[in-house]
Amino acid sequence: MFGSLDYSTLQQLWWFITTLVGSLFVFMTFVQGGQTLLSTLSLTEDEKVLVTNSLGRKWELTFTCLVMFGGALFAAFPLFYATSFGGAYWVWILILFTFIIQAVSYEYRRKPDNFLGKGVYDAFLFINGSVGILLIGAAVGTFFTGSNFILNDYNLVFWQHPLRGLEAAFSFFNLSFGLFLVFLARTLGALYLANNLGHETLVAKLKNSSFNNLLCALPFLLFILLRLVMMDGYAVNPADGTVVMEANKYLHNLLQMPLNLILLLVGLVLVVLGVVLNRFTAAVCGIWLSGPGTVFTCLAIFFLAGYNNTAFYPSKIDLNSSLTIYSASSSHYTLVIMTYVALLVPVVLGYVSWAWRQMDSKKLTLEELNADKKSY
Amino acid sequence: MIEQIDLTMVSWARATFALTAMYHWIFVPLTLGLSFICAFFESIYVKTGDESWKKLTRFWMTLFGINFAIGVATGIILEFEFGTNWSNYSWMVGDIFGVPLAIEGLLAFFLEATFFAVMFFGWNRVSKKAHLFSTWMVAIGSNLSAVWILVANGWMQNPVGMKFNPDLARFEMVDFWAILSSPVAISHFVHVTSAAFLYASLFVVAVSSWFLLKKRHLKFAKRSLTVACTFGLFASLFVAFTGDEHAYHTANVQPMKLAAMEGLYDGEAPAGLVAAGLLNFSKQPGDDQDSFIFEVKIPMVLSLLANRDINSFVPGINDLVYGNTAENIMGVEEKMVRGKLAVTGLGNYKAAKKSGDQLAAGKALTLFEENSDYLGYGYLDYAEQAVPYVPLIFYSFRVMVGLGTFFILLFLVYLYLLYKDQLEKQALLLKLGVSSFLLGLVAHEAGWIVTEVGRQPWAIQDLLPVTIARSNLDAGTVQVTFFMFLLLFTALLIAELKIMAKQISIGPEGD
Repeated sequence: MFGSLDYSTLQQLWWFITTLVGSLFVFMTFVQGGQTLLSTLSLTEDEKVLVTNSLGRKWELTFTCLVMFGGALFAAFPLFYATSFGGAYWVWILILFTFIIQAVSYEYRRKPDNFLGKGVYDAFLFINGSVGILLIGAAVGTFFTGSNFILNDYNLVFWQHPLRGLEAAFSFFNLSFGLFLVFLARTLGALYLANNLGHETLVAKLKNSSFNNLLCALPFLLFILLRLVMMDGYAVNPADGTVVMEANKYLHNLLQMPLNLILLLVGLVLVVLGVVLNRFTAAVCGIWLSGPGTVFTCLAIFFLAGYNNTAFYPSKIDLNSSLTIYSASSSHYTLVIMTYVALLVPVVLGYVSWAWRQMDSKKLTLEELNADKKSY
Repeated sequence: MIEQIDLTMVSWARATFALTAMYHWIFVPLTLGLSFICAFFESIYVKTGDESWKKLTRFWMTLFGINFAIGVATGIILEFEFGTNWSNYSWMVGDIFGVPLAIEGLLAFFLEATFFAVMFFGWNRVSKKAHLFSTWMVAIGSNLSAVWILVANGWMQNPVGMKFNPDLARFEMVDFWAILSSPVAISHFVHVTSAAFLYASLFVVAVSSWFLLKKRHLKFAKRSLTVACTFGLFASLFVAFTGDEHAYHTANVQPMKLAAMEGLYDGEAPAGLVAAGLLNFSKQPGDDQDSFIFEVKIPMVLSLLANRDINSFVPGINDLVYGNTAENIMGVEEKMVRGKLAVTGLGNYKAAKKSGDQLAAGKALTLFEENSDYLGYGYLDYAEQAVPYVPLIFYSFRVMVGLGTFFILLFLVYLYLLYKDQLEKQALLLKLGVSSFLLGLVAHEAGWIVTEVGRQPWAIQDLLPVTIARSNLDAGTVQVTFFMFLLLFTALLIAELKIMAKQISIGPEGD
């Protein structure tokens, strides 16, 4: 069935599937956003217990989305996986480090005899939600600003900057990308928690917080969008695969892919609408607008980077080392196999939503948590 | 391909992978086995409606959760470490190796992550049956994850279903089914997962024995022991059976590893199995020293295990390094010559393609293809480099097999004494039971040492040595990461052990 699809269609399909996982991950960073709210919103001890227990039931899904994103990139775009992880070494190691310390924190923070103390585990959660997300944003920013690598004739990567990827965080555009993701995660975190918790005063705080965090995210978002439409981009000549700088490349991409422009606008409107609804009405369902809005927005940004003859992982020091979805992908055979496997994605989404509904149909309350000795 | 090879970096990258994998493996087999044990307990609860089984389930589930968290923490780094420390590998075999990793994420991790929350927090939110279903899904999810990662590892030990693409300088998948159904991968998976069930059973034995020694939660402990020892006995017998099968496949596809496991330098027909022995540490391939200072050999058994034929020839390290024409074995020396022709052919092909010389490209490609089966050998500097460090493999193998045999006896004795209701009087045995979990860990790590150190110098058997598979990083960078992980994982391990010990001492709720 899929074997008859031509190579470039499969490569485009896999850019869609992979970036969909990435976009779902960004939506799921409401967990990380919520973690930073723990220490920055003035919460009572009871409220903190509610927040950690609510997030603690979802953190593994976020984590799995990240692992899945990595796995999908490895399988579908191995040259990107090798180039970015092996090249931009420190940025990825630090990101991973923040996820390692997150993974134990929910389970261990309130357990007796936990060695490091509750404060350290809470700090772990904060670092994951702030530094981790900031660096992920900076790394994604390099999809547009480019990196410092050269590939040799055997496609092996030689990174040319001593900071091995951390230099990404010193670009104002990449930094803005990171900060936008941090505040977006906090916005989503507040929206998710407002929807999930049965605690009036806390929900009121969260409704305000989602709005305030969106206000903080907006300047960064506007800057990113403005820069994107104005900046030169890495264009690929479809005839010979060479990469050249093209003025306003990403603006051209938006105009030449009107559906993508619509996706971006719809996404942004949904994000804002969700927050406005939560802030100015009694509704708490904003997450179900802002969440999909986040996915649409992220997809549109990824499409901007990868489709329409654009190099999605450009090298600014050697243009022709830049990676495109065509040069970085797996073989036709592997993509076909992976496409068959991807038929299971709806099944996965199905049981995830079943379990989500089962677990979240009732609001989480202090009474329930106090009755359960195993709560976080 | 790579002009200057920095061995120090390779050593640190290997050390980092060994560190992260060995830490990860403290927790993973417990997750694999304990998830099933929890599912057994909960099934009994749902079937009988007896609340004490629910308490028992919840107790073991708490310990499962503590262990699960650190398993996840140590696991994420492994997936990404292929990219960070072994980026040449990731490019050269990502077309094949990435697939099982991606499938693992989709089929296994989502199952685990989704139902883990229901299993832990859904007791009052979903029906009894939906909860039981979730617990089983966590068990199945964790074990599915083992399937895919061991398929990936099995492929590294026995690369099948692929061909080299000289234009892109990478290996590409041509037969997914061959990779999935590779006997090496299958025997590897069944051996490792059954060993994980054994390990988790030992964990239950250790904790329950401690309760019996302390005269606490007696009924609870005996119930737990009955289920765990039964599971453990079946698992340990299966481990022995699959271990034999795995060794047989190893003999076929990784004869050098088998020779190292046996300390066998000169091949024999029939070959005996060294039951116990003291290795001569100064022995080197090609010299005329004795391999052993002292040895106890069981005649013909190695031939039987390796080839299912008591009179068959089993090659030794010298046969494999220097060749043995009588047995039709090509030595590493000759393979290196052919491998270097493959490397030259590939280099010439790339250069000719670049300059547009089709004729030269065709010739170079032929030279490459004639010798491509030995590509990896072209990157070795001397033939003895193909020999892994024998003493570590020889002794690790014996530790693993010895302990595996001991565990069968331990479960048998426990079950007998449980049946006779005499167990709590056997203080010495119970103390042995408590320490058996640590022995289980030793057996597991020893097994992985045999598997991974035993295939050195290869990242991909015969095709890609670790010196080429690495990232282009300097040693200092990898060294810093090594110590970062060492510090962090040790701190987390201490935290885990303290929390676990506390929860065990608190015991099951309301018991």
